[in-house]
Amino acid sequence: MKNGAPRGANSAPSQRPLADTRAPDEGDGVDTSPKVSDSIAKTTCYMCACRCGIDVHIKDGKVRYINGNKDHPVNRGVICGKGSSGIMQHYSPARLKKPLLRSGPRGSGEFREIEWEEAFSIATERLSKIRQTYPKKLAFFTGRDQSQSLTGWWASQFGTPNFAAHGGFCSVNMAAGGLYTIGGSFWEFGEPDWDNTKYFMLFGVAEDHDSNPIKIGLSKLKARGAKVVSINPCRTGYNAIADDWIGIRPGTDGLFVFALIHELLKAGRVDLDYLIRYTNAHVLVIQEPGAADDGLFLRDSDDNPVAWDRVAKASIDAADPEAKPALTGSYTVAGRRCVPVFQLVADRYMDDSYAPDAVAARCGIPADTIRRIAAELAHVAFEQTIELPVAWSDWAGRRHETIKGRPVSMHAMRGISAHSNGFHTCRAIHLLQVLLGTIDVPGGFRFKPPYPRSAPPGPKPCGKTVKPMTPLDGVPLGFVCGPDDLLVDEACTPLRIDKAYSWDAPLAAHGLMHTVIRNAWAGDPYKIDTLMMYMSNMAWNSSMNTVETIAMLTDHDGAGNYKIPFIIYSDAYYSETVPFADLVLPDTTYLERHDCISLLDRPISHADGPGDAIRHPVVEPDRDVRPFQSVLIELGARLGLPGFVNDDGSAKYSDYADYIVNHERTPGIGPLAGWRGKDGEAIGKGEVNPNQLQRYIDNGGFWHQDFAADQRYYKMANRSYLDFAVQMGFISKAEPIIFQLYSEPMQRFRLAARGHGRVQPPEAERERIETYMDPLPFWFTPFEEAAVDLEKYPLHALTQRPMHMYHSWGSQNAWLRQITSQNRLFVHHQTAADLGLVDDDWVWIESINGRVKGQIKLVDGVNADTVWTWNAIGKRRGSWGLKDDAAESNRGFLLNHIIGDQTSADANGKRYSNSDPVTGQAAWFDLRVRIVKCADEEAGFTEPQFERFSQPPNVAPSPDILRYGAEFRVNREAVE
Amino acid sequence: MTCLPAHTDKKLGLVIDLDTCVGCQACVTACKEWNTGGHMAPLTDIHPYGGDVDGVWFNRVHSYEHTTEAGGRTVNFPRSCLHCETPACVTVCPTGASYKRASDGIVLIDESKCIGCKLCSWACPYGAREFDTDVGVMKKCTLCVDRIYNDNLAEEDRVPACVAACPTSARHFGDLGDPASAVSQLVASRGGVDLMPEMGYKPTNKYLPPRAQRAASVAAPRLEPVKAEGGFLGWVDRMLSN
Repeated sequence: MKNGAPRGANSAPSQRPLADTRAPDEGDGVDTSPKVSDSIAKTTCYMCACRCGIDVHIKDGKVRYINGNKDHPVNRGVICGKGSSGIMQHYSPARLKKPLLRSGPRGSGEFREIEWEEAFSIATERLSKIRQTYPKKLAFFTGRDQSQSLTGWWASQFGTPNFAAHGGFCSVNMAAGGLYTIGGSFWEFGEPDWDNTKYFMLFGVAEDHDSNPIKIGLSKLKARGAKVVSINPCRTGYNAIADDWIGIRPGTDGLFVFALIHELLKAGRVDLDYLIRYTNAHVLVIQEPGAADDGLFLRDSDDNPVAWDRVAKASIDAADPEAKPALTGSYTVAGRRCVPVFQLVADRYMDDSYAPDAVAARCGIPADTIRRIAAELAHVAFEQTIELPVAWSDWAGRRHETIKGRPVSMHAMRGISAHSNGFHTCRAIHLLQVLLGTIDVPGGFRFKPPYPRSAPPGPKPCGKTVKPMTPLDGVPLGFVCGPDDLLVDEACTPLRIDKAYSWDAPLAAHGLMHTVIRNAWAGDPYKIDTLMMYMSNMAWNSSMNTVETIAMLTDHDGAGNYKIPFIIYSDAYYSETVPFADLVLPDTTYLERHDCISLLDRPISHADGPGDAIRHPVVEPDRDVRPFQSVLIELGARLGLPGFVNDDGSAKYSDYADYIVNHERTPGIGPLAGWRGKDGEAIGKGEVNPNQLQRYIDNGGFWHQDFAADQRYYKMANRSYLDFAVQMGFISKAEPIIFQLYSEPMQRFRLAARGHGRVQPPEAERERIETYMDPLPFWFTPFEEAAVDLEKYPLHALTQRPMHMYHSWGSQNAWLRQITSQNRLFVHHQTAADLGLVDDDWVWIESINGRVKGQIKLVDGVNADTVWTWNAIGKRRGSWGLKDDAAESNRGFLLNHIIGDQTSADANGKRYSNSDPVTGQAAWFDLRVRIVKCADEEAGFTEPQFERFSQPPNVAPSPDILRYGAEFRVNREAVE
Repeated sequence: MTCLPAHTDKKLGLVIDLDTCVGCQACVTACKEWNTGGHMAPLTDIHPYGGDVDGVWFNRVHSYEHTTEAGGRTVNFPRSCLHCETPACVTVCPTGASYKRASDGIVLIDESKCIGCKLCSWACPYGAREFDTDVGVMKKCTLCVDRIYNDNLAEEDRVPACVAACPTSARHFGDLGDPASAVSQLVASRGGVDLMPEMGYKPTNKYLPPRAQRAASVAAPRLEPVKAEGGFLGWVDRMLSN
């Protein structure tokens, strides 16, 4: 590498090796050239969901060191605090060692070890009966799974619609808000154009999501002097280095964004040309109150939406590139009165209720600041445009000599998502981006392939018909386009255990994992037999209302049977959820397994080209554990699920690695897109390549394809890109993707609420559907804020995971827990002073759902109406290999205890899941609290406390001293 | 009493950019991970799973809130040995265990000579020394002396582990004694500073201060409502007709 070009993100001249790296002759006996590793394996990190490339250095059969892969498109050589602590995760004393069968009461932690054969027999017998009778009685939910294309397909082959991963309690509002609006979204679906943007707005990013790409990107912006504006109640992490920190009041981001839109519209600072070319701004909307198609698009005889041509003074196919469509006005076409979408947009957001002065107090942001930011957005978008000297052709064949860009970009995540108004707020942020003409342009927000897809993308969710011994006719999770796609029966009863795609949560694209335990316990909408879960801490920090959730997991019916009859759980560690399982399937660590990070799943593409990656075992397990995906494949074969057996009934795949290479979802398309075809020369589509995994390993564990220069922008309408996307199988036709400012699918739900169509909501729920399925984004007070006495509960309460733990399940990590082992409640100095509190006081944090005790830390960098804490630091005694005196279970606390999992009863007495009414996204951040100084004798320890779990059999106590690495030195010095 | 070299050929050190540090702890654990198997291995952790956990770390990040006339800000501050030119931790050492290399200026500890008296940790005003109670010797940042010259690493990897890891590119490495070096140029261009220069130990490592807050850095004229007849909608119509 001496003469090669510098590689990786940290390759500035001031970050390179010395010009002469020969060791000086110091004569102090220091060994400056110890041997580092016997081998280096390149695989993919799993310390969070970022999926960076890592180089794992193996020495003397152990992991010596892990560093970032310089060639990897996600992290370009850098590595975060979690990734660098992978050794401690891999060698954690909390690792499970063998399959376990419950021997004591559920929740006690009393188990006996069993062999894998017995574990498989128990699971097969139980699941086989379910499949032969009522397949829906298996609920399979997979937490922070990165293999959802396998697990979802397994569920569908089993024949149960009751499948989802953790998206419903994480960020489905962002995914759904984006996919229904622009056919893409943040994070895995798109990213800011870090190299060209001049003005970057970061909304509600709680320390991470995603990790290294944002950090690399922010450093580029800072180096270039681009402006970074953060909108976040907390001034930590990324927000600490923003040029402009807007300490917004939680849940009001939508109002703030609408005020920006209000200002931009009033000043005529929107990109009309962009709106006509790439959005439905000009599409005519029928205005005929009472009609069954009121609010739907006016369509021609070919069912294409139409616009009004200003020149021809007639209706015209809205997609006609020759059209000169009107954006404003009111027109009568074939006797129907219609207005363009843009007219509705202008009518709504130019209303004075969205003026900066009207929203300033509620947002906690001065009106002048809102006006200033609107002016800055307009200035950068319209006066600082950039042009790349690259010719490209759009979908209609029009050639453009350059690629023009408006260099404003945005990123948003959890702080937007985790409110009951998050879906509409997410749509608002996309609307703002689209009005400025900044989506997939140089300097703007860029799609990552396989996105964009049509808004919404297909397919629809399956599960209307469930029959014994029969696979579903598609995938359990998908995108509904109207009430007919809902999974409800004639009586409006939800068909899924989590009530996804019911009137409770019509656009529940990721399911509602957070409702499963309550619903299964209550038998609402029906009883299940087996709850199978993977990698999600549902008896602790992944559930709301922890205390009651634990009670539901252990509750009995009158006959002494558990109300949730059987729980199968797979985890690599002794988490708080393991003791509630009847059968425990011990998983491997991320360094001991195969995985694929697939374009069929949650891809790791870059805006400059698609990519995917693998994990492969770099160390052998030293315990009787198996990778969950291989276990699932074997279970599928034992059950005889059609996709998992050959015609003769034999197992189709020997393990996950075999599946990764040989499975084809549709002919030529499999889990991995790189090196397909017999000779490995094809990408995207191609025959199975038996040597595919080796090709990945040889390439450093990943595959990445760079776009040609003319394919990189305007992907929603770029001929060359669209053709490539069809060839890769990302989309079925090379047609433009139209951004949906106005969402027709949402209006269809409203029409049902007004009494139209075959599938209509129950009478009592019509008003709710009418209100929240608004086809244009709007703002409403988050549910808990609207329901509680604000005098009594004056504060918002939030959580975030610290950067060094984000998405990194398990604070048993010996190194990371030294950085944070007790979470404090952060309180603004002024707020504390008003309450008579001083630094380090112990307080009760009380909500309408209960109270929890913790210690406060006073800060200035927080919205004064808000308190917050680090999430999931508090642990239950007996879990994660922690000692009884660990700070996590004595002084750390879990805010989840006081977050309700249900809303207050509505006028009809119905309690909904504490979720967004559109998507079912868990509304963690709606929480309202008060804080009260606790009595002197109560200080010093957290409450509530929980009984200590018993330890699994044959698990050695965690060590009292850790000398990791001493052996490398001993061996090194022995050689010398 | 241990003597300092009269002159060092190089002044190797780190430059840390407080303007981009987000406090992510990547440098902290990358350092721990490399060094726990490195020159001073191990970086022992006492009670790693218990209540009074106490580990050896060569690099730690602290977060501070700071109030200026322009308003408050949060500063993340990585702290490790500054490899001072005249370090008290060396001169105070009674055995010669603590020493400064004449070749490159790195301050190291010879464990075989360390008697664990802790005078050096009392002398260091930066809190950069870490006592390993398990073996009774003092340990500290080696500037990855076993990486930067390591023939067993690819040449491009011969930088301190913290510099290689940092996801926000906030860490830099080089010869601060050479005014022409890239790090010296960076310090000059960004107004890099010494920590507590009044102590007189002449730290080699430099910190780049956070840039002035730039809340109003975009010189955007105030937005005015469109003056066209018919207001905004009239403006839209005229724009489309052009």
